[in-house]
Amino acid sequence: MTWPTILLLAAASYLLKAVGPLFVGARELPPRVGELLDIAAVPLLAALVLVQTVGTAGSFTIDARVAAVGVAAILVWRRAPFPVVVIAAAATAAALRALA
Amino acid sequence: MARMVEVTRRKMLQRAVGVGVAVGVYGVSFGVLAVAAGASVAQAMALSLLVFTGASQFAFISVVAVGGSVAAAVAPALVLAARNAIYGIAVGPLLGGGRLRRALLAHLVIDESTAMARARDEPDEARFAFTATGLSVLGFWNAGTLAGALAGGVLGDPRSLGMDAMFPAAFLALLAPQLRRSGAPTAAVAGALIAAALLTVTPAGVPVLAAVAALVPAAAAIRRVRREVAPA
Repeated sequence: MTWPTILLLAAASYLLKAVGPLFVGARELPPRVGELLDIAAVPLLAALVLVQTVGTAGSFTIDARVAAVGVAAILVWRRAPFPVVVIAAAATAAALRALA
Repeated sequence: MARMVEVTRRKMLQRAVGVGVAVGVYGVSFGVLAVAAGASVAQAMALSLLVFTGASQFAFISVVAVGGSVAAAVAPALVLAARNAIYGIAVGPLLGGGRLRRALLAHLVIDESTAMARARDEPDEARFAFTATGLSVLGFWNAGTLAGALAGGVLGDPRSLGMDAMFPAAFLALLAPQLRRSGAPTAAVAGALIAAALLTVTPAGVPVLAAVAALVPAAAAIRRVRREVAPA
């Protein structure tokens, strides 16, 4: 991880936040643009779940993460708080690896 | 009247601190994972202080952790941060004040501050809720990141602790509440399929970025729903 990358990400993230307060003022977006941006994060998050669950350096792998995400999915469905979901996933993977 | 405002303010402050504490715990997991992904404590802090938008930070370090390029790590993070532009447009008119003040407050434009501001009808209250929540989340998020980054350094092997499984669990927890939105299920399924198709043939980060193309079938799904709800 390099400093220029971090600063680039910081600058670009700030610009996105500042578009409204600094440049747009009181104006409505076309509803279609708003609707799409509203779900823009969804396909990326779904892709991240997939890649981080079964991906390892450019290939598919089935390992302890699959069971961990299964546990996480049940907890998310039961509306458990975020830290509980994340810690339970780590604990599941850690336990399975310790047993293996 | 003045007393009522005082009570409202106290209630908003309490809520702001409550949201901040919850986000702070989330910040601990970010700190731990950032260090496990190869960031120094200072770099983890810089991300939480300067980038300051949770899902993007997680996406960024998850790509960095598997050795993705700069473009592969930054691009998905920015697509995730694009919603902040919408939030900024939504709360922009509420912020008031001069250009410098608006420029500073813009940094606080995130999910939590926007949600708290939009829950208020009075512009004064909305501005107060936005600022209080934004500052509270900024403070707790960074305190959590620092604690996690310091603890992460002494935790040992991230894999045997199951820390790699924290990423998909975190993204799933972020994804689930958004699935109720119009077009979201289509976007999620198509996004995962695109990523699966590209996983073995493209460099790290590209499958995630390419998933944004899932917005095309999602837009079609939204149009279909609208036609069914309101036939021409």
